[in-house]
Amino acid sequence: MKQRRKIRKQKAHIAFVLNGEPCEVAFAPHKTLLEVLREDLNLTGTKHGCELGECGTCAVLLDGKPVLSCLVLGLDAEGREVTTVEGMQLPEGRLHPLQETFADLGAAQCGYCTPGFLLTALELLAKNPKPTREEIAQALSGNLCRCTGYIKIYEAVELAAAHMRGEKAEVAEEVVYGLKS
Amino acid sequence: MRNFQHFNPASLAQATTTLSSKPDAWVIAGGIDLLGEMKNGIIQPGTLVNLKTLPNLDYIKFSESDGLRIGAMATLAKIEAHPDIRKHFTVLSQAAHSVATPQIRNVGTLGGNLCQRPRCWYYRNPAFHCLKKGGKECFSVSGENKYNAILGGGPVFIVHPSDCAPALISLGAEVTVAGPRGKRSMPLEKFFILPTENPLRENRLQAGEVVTEVHVPPFHDAGSSSSAHRSVYLKVKERGAWDFALASAAVSMETNAGMCRSVRVVLGGVAPIPWRCPQAEKTCMGKQIDEALAAEAGKASLAQAVPLGKNDYKVEMAANLIKRALLMCSASSASPR
Repeated sequence: MKQRRKIRKQKAHIAFVLNGEPCEVAFAPHKTLLEVLREDLNLTGTKHGCELGECGTCAVLLDGKPVLSCLVLGLDAEGREVTTVEGMQLPEGRLHPLQETFADLGAAQCGYCTPGFLLTALELLAKNPKPTREEIAQALSGNLCRCTGYIKIYEAVELAAAHMRGEKAEVAEEVVYGLKS
Repeated sequence: MRNFQHFNPASLAQATTTLSSKPDAWVIAGGIDLLGEMKNGIIQPGTLVNLKTLPNLDYIKFSESDGLRIGAMATLAKIEAHPDIRKHFTVLSQAAHSVATPQIRNVGTLGGNLCQRPRCWYYRNPAFHCLKKGGKECFSVSGENKYNAILGGGPVFIVHPSDCAPALISLGAEVTVAGPRGKRSMPLEKFFILPTENPLRENRLQAGEVVTEVHVPPFHDAGSSSSAHRSVYLKVKERGAWDFALASAAVSMETNAGMCRSVRVVLGGVAPIPWRCPQAEKTCMGKQIDEALAAEAGKASLAQAVPLGKNDYKVEMAANLIKRALLMCSASSASPR
């Protein structure tokens, strides 16, 4: 009989809940949650930015709270709940109200920062359905956008919040088309 | 990042034993600062000893008789939002809130905030083998020293990056550390060491030791009607969010009938340790604080400052922060700040 070689396991194996579904994954233990999501689970919606916590584009929800997936080890997801931008869509592939207003109001240009903004705003609206502009700015202060500036992003969050409260708010014409000359 | 072994200890004792027996083992709490250092290639741990899975290290307990006790693993988000801390220890909730960004505060811990390594760009850049990393030279002396120390510097001129440390020292906090030989406590002020004592380190933690708790004692006259306790943390940074302090001031003051009965003044971002300002405290003791006195206290605190050439601005900035914080703490209006 052939002798079996003993090979030391190189990978960590964890189970957690990803976007509402149970998930198991094996990866090198030094990988960050960002790398595990993108490289081992092929969820590339979460973006790879500064790697040092300055930009916020890699934000995901860990047990419902926004964290930077570039500064959390993949191992730390064990037994916990992770939500990425892929998990935001509603049944039948409909967009989340936040995704809808970000698109409608031009709150995304190059789009690289958008997943981080969306998830951070999602948690804000879950705990505070009617935030003030100041509260929105505070909650999103860890996310950098280098294209739109922040006004359109704040407006999109405010409009999505109104939609999520069931109000029939509509985007002001000048927000989309600018002031009439 | 290089690969490493990841170890979830079953108990604090197992964590400290592992840390002291393996020279290349590092403790990981929230990991924000540690992973940054590993990514920059400044440290390459062989083993990470994880404290996150240990139970009962993230508590926040408050009582009028015992004061405030915070477990080292309590997150900064939990500290800034805690109602008792907001009410009785304003300086600490403000300091915790001023750290980094909401996402980082959801992960970063109090223990990690106190033990984080310096932000000096020569230290953070692996291309510079500086004195802080066991080299021969502190490159900030003749180099770009805009963010470096104006007080207590030499032979290295880092500034301590913690916001919570000055706040807690202004409140007279004690820190407890646990190691392979058991626990010990000391005033948080004595926890930090100047580079003259050891240029490679910022605190007194010995091999295998980790911070486990911070205790803020109760105010001795709690309940007396004519006395008031107020505290405030002011921080100047270049960016509105994320950034470390160019300079910060933590002031905690007890007043009785408008007179300053006791006060602690601590600066952040200007020295290799949180910098206590006894001159400011002496200036204010027993007096009613007005603008002139507060300005004098600020000026006296910075009299010994030695700027390096590109950080002179910090002298006036720190003096003004002390002045403003003293005035806010002594303001007669009862509105909380």
